[in-house]
Amino acid sequence: MNRAAKDRTGEPSWYMSNDAAFVEFQRVQKSYDGEILVVKDLNLSMPKGEFLTMLGPSGSGKTTCLMMLAGFETATHGEIMLDGRPINNIPPHKRGIGMVFQNYALFPHMTVAENLAFPLEVRNIGKDAREEKVKRALDMVQMGAFGSRRPAQLSGGQQQRIALARALVFEPELVLMDEPLGALDKQLREHMQFEITRLAHELGITTVYVTHDQTEALTMSDRVAVFDDGRIQQLAPPDLLYEEPENSFVAQFIGENNTLEGVVKSIDGDSCVVALDDGSEIDAMPVNVKAAGERTKVSIRPERVEFNKDRLHADAHTLKATVKEFIYMGDVFRFRLSVAGNDDFIIKTRNAPDAVRLSPGQEVEIGWLAKDCRALDA
Amino acid sequence: MTDATQSGPMLAADGTPLKKSLARSLRRRKLRALALISPLLLFVLLSFVIPIVSMLFRSVENGIVSQTIPLTVVELQNWDAEGGELPNEAVYAAFTKDMLAAIEAKQHTRLGSRLNYEKTGMSSMFRRSGRQIKKLDPEADAPFKDKLIEIHDGWGDVDTWRTIKTHAVPITNGYFLNAVDMRRTPEGAQAQPDDKKILIKLFGRTLMMSLIITGSCVLLAYPISYLLANLPMRISNLLMILVLLPFWTSLLVRTSAWKVMLQQQGVINETLVWLGLVADDARLVIINNQFGTIIAMTHILLPFMILPMYSVMQTIPPTYTRAAKSMGATNWTTFWRIYFPQSIPGIGAGSILVFILAIGYYITPEIVGGTKGVFISNRIAYHISSSLNWGLAAALGTILLVVVLVLYWAYDKIVGIDNVKLG
Ligand SMILES: Nc1ncnc2c1ncn2[C@@H]1O[C@H](COP(=O)(O)OP(=O)(O)OP(=O)(O)O)[C@@H](O)[C@H]1O
Ligand SMILES: [Mg+2]
Repeated sequence: MNRAAKDRTGEPSWYMSNDAAFVEFQRVQKSYDGEILVVKDLNLSMPKGEFLTMLGPSGSGKTTCLMMLAGFETATHGEIMLDGRPINNIPPHKRGIGMVFQNYALFPHMTVAENLAFPLEVRNIGKDAREEKVKRALDMVQMGAFGSRRPAQLSGGQQQRIALARALVFEPELVLMDEPLGALDKQLREHMQFEITRLAHELGITTVYVTHDQTEALTMSDRVAVFDDGRIQQLAPPDLLYEEPENSFVAQFIGENNTLEGVVKSIDGDSCVVALDDGSEIDAMPVNVKAAGERTKVSIRPERVEFNKDRLHADAHTLKATVKEFIYMGDVFRFRLSVAGNDDFIIKTRNAPDAVRLSPGQEVEIGWLAKDCRALDA
Repeated sequence: MTDATQSGPMLAADGTPLKKSLARSLRRRKLRALALISPLLLFVLLSFVIPIVSMLFRSVENGIVSQTIPLTVVELQNWDAEGGELPNEAVYAAFTKDMLAAIEAKQHTRLGSRLNYEKTGMSSMFRRSGRQIKKLDPEADAPFKDKLIEIHDGWGDVDTWRTIKTHAVPITNGYFLNAVDMRRTPEGAQAQPDDKKILIKLFGRTLMMSLIITGSCVLLAYPISYLLANLPMRISNLLMILVLLPFWTSLLVRTSAWKVMLQQQGVINETLVWLGLVADDARLVIINNQFGTIIAMTHILLPFMILPMYSVMQTIPPTYTRAAKSMGATNWTTFWRIYFPQSIPGIGAGSILVFILAIGYYITPEIVGGTKGVFISNRIAYHISSSLNWGLAAALGTILLVVVLVLYWAYDKIVGIDNVKLG
C-alpha cells in the first residue's frame, strides 16, 4: 500500500477525486435546525471494496453522515455521490445499500426469518432461493435456531446479529453499519468482527462502519475517519493513525498517549527542540508547527519512551522523571511517572527476560527518538 | 432447551416445585394490587355493576301480577285457557277480593298498565272498573261474575283472562320475547303479528349502521392520524387542536349544526342548487334518514378513532420505514408490509371504541335520524320515558349488552384483544 498517496485531511480529498471513487462526499454540510452545523465541510472519497470506519465521540455526527449517505437526510450543502451519481437522484429503494441501524430496526411484527426474507421478497427472489439465503445468513451469525422467534423475544445482542444478517442477506454493494456490535460480549464481538471483515472482503462489499470502540476501528478497517466537531480530524489507515496522528485530538483519542506542553525553540528540517513549561528541553518532530516561538502540545506513545540511555542518540535530550507507580499487567509493565510537572506520564515496556522493573520513588532519565515525539497543535 | 431433557418437574432452590413457588409469589403481588384498586373497585361496583345487574333482573322480573291479585292467580290455575269458556265464579270472586285489596292500596292501576303492554285497553279497563268494584262488598254482593261483566264487558272476554293467566308467572321471558318480536301466549312463544315486528329490524339496522359508521371513521381517521404522527411537531399540534375542537363543543350544538347543513333548505342543498348541480324542485334528502345519521355520527365519533390510531402510530419509529426502504422496498410496499401492520392495533382500538359508542348512541339519531335513521337505543329511551315499559327496555338493553360482548369476544378470537393498543 502506498501510504504517501493516501489522502490526508490537510488537503480536501475531493480535489483528488477520480472516477473510480464509489462513495464520495464533496464539501458536505448538514444542519438540522438551521443554527448549528452538525457536519461541517466533510470531504471523503472511498474506492469500491474499501472498509472505512467512522470513529468519534458521541454526537460528533457519525449517524448523520450515514443517514445522508443512505439518502434519508439531505445535505444542507454539498454533494454526495454514489458510483458517480448524486445520491439524491436515486430513490432510497434503488440504492442497494444494506444498513444496520443503531437501534436495530427489526420489524416487530415479523419473525426473524420473515425479517431476513423481506429484502429478498421485495427483490422478487424465488421462495427456495430465499429460504436458502435466509438460512445461510442466520447460520453466519450463529442464529440458525431462532428463525421463528419475534425480535422482542431476543436479547439485545441477538437482535444486533439479526440486524447484521438482514443487512447482508441481499448482498448489497454498500453496507452501512451504525455500531452493529455495541451490545455484544467480548468473545462474540471478536467473532463478529472477524466475520464482518471476512465477508466484506470476500464479497467485495464497500463498508462504512461506525463505532465508538477504537480497537474495533483499528483492527477491522482499511481506513479510519476520526470525527470530531462535525469534521474529519484525520483519515488514514490504522497504523498511520496510531503512529502519525496529525493533531492533538487524534493523538489523544486513539490509543494511550502522553502529552507535554511547551514552546518550539528551534526547527531544523525533520526535528525540532521544544522548551517545556518547566524549562527543560526535548526533541520532537514538527508536524503542526511551522516556526520557532509557536506553542505546541507534543505527543508521545508510552511504548516509545526509553529509559535505557544506550538506545538513544548521544546528543539526545533527556528528562528527569520520578516513578510514581508500577502496574503489572502480565505481558507488559506499565509505569506512571512524574515528568516536567505532568503526574500522569505513562511508560510501557514489554515483559522481556531482560526488562527492568522500576520501583516507585526511583529517579530515572527518560528520552525518545525525535521521530516518535510529535509536536502538534496547541 | 435444557429443561426438556430433565425429567420430573423443575424445583425451586428450596425444593418446592417451581410452578408452585412461582404461583405463590404471583399471588402475593396480585393481592397487593387488589388492595390498591379496592376503592375504585368499590366505586365501580356501586355505580356500575349494581345498576347493570338490577337492569338484567328487571328484564325478567314480573312479580306484580301475582302480588297484586294472588288469589285470582291461584284460582286461574284450575281454568283451562284453551277451552274457550269463561272462568267460573270462584275466579271472579277471588278477583273481586283481590281488587278490593288492590284498590285500597292503589295498586290496581299499576297492574292495569303492566297488562296493557300485553293487551291494549287493559289499563283503562282496570282504572274504570276500579271505581265500581270499590262499591262492592266481598260477602254480600256474591255472585260476582255477572256484576263484573256488567261493570266492564272486558271481564266477559276470554282473552282478558288468558292474558292475566299467561303473565301471572313471577319470572317471565315475556319481555325478551317482545324484544325479539315475539310474544308469550298460553300456547307458548309465538311471533308477533307483522305490523308489530319492528325491533329485530331495528337491531339489524343499528348493527349495520354502526358498522358503516365505524368503517367510514376508519377511512377518514387513518390519513389524518398518519399526518398527525408524521408531520413536524408544530403543524401536528395545530392539526390536533382541530381534531379536538369538536370535543369542546356541546354534542347538541354539533348535531344541530348538521341539521342546519343537511336539511332541504340547508347550506349544502342551497349551495348545490345555486351551483346548478341540483334542480330546485329535486333537492337532496340527506337528513331525517339513515344518511343523515351516518354523516353526523361519523363526524361526532371521529375523534374517538383518531386518538387511539394517532397514539399507536406515534410509537412506530421512522427507522422502520427507513430500514424497509434501504432494503429495496418501494413506498407502497413499505407502507403495506411494514407501517400498516404495526398500526393495526390502533385501528382495532379505535374501531371497538367507535362501534360500541355508536351501537348505543341516542341523541344524534334522535335529532337527525327521522324515523328511518333511529337506533335501538331510541326505542329503549322511548320505553323508559314514554311507554314506561321498563321491563321491555331492560330486555332490549340486555340484548344490546350481550351483542356487544359477543362481538368483543369474536374480535378477541379473530384479532386478539392484546393487539389493541391505546398508546
Ligand atoms: N433528527 C435530528 N434533529 C435534530 N438534531 C439532531 C437529529 N439527529 C441528530 N441530531 C444532532 O446532531 C448531532 C449529531 O448526531 P449523530 O446522531 O450524528 O451523532 P453520532 O456521532 O452518531 O453519536 P453517537 O455516537 O452517540 O451515536 C447531535 O448533536 C444530535 O443532537
Ligand atoms: Mg449514532
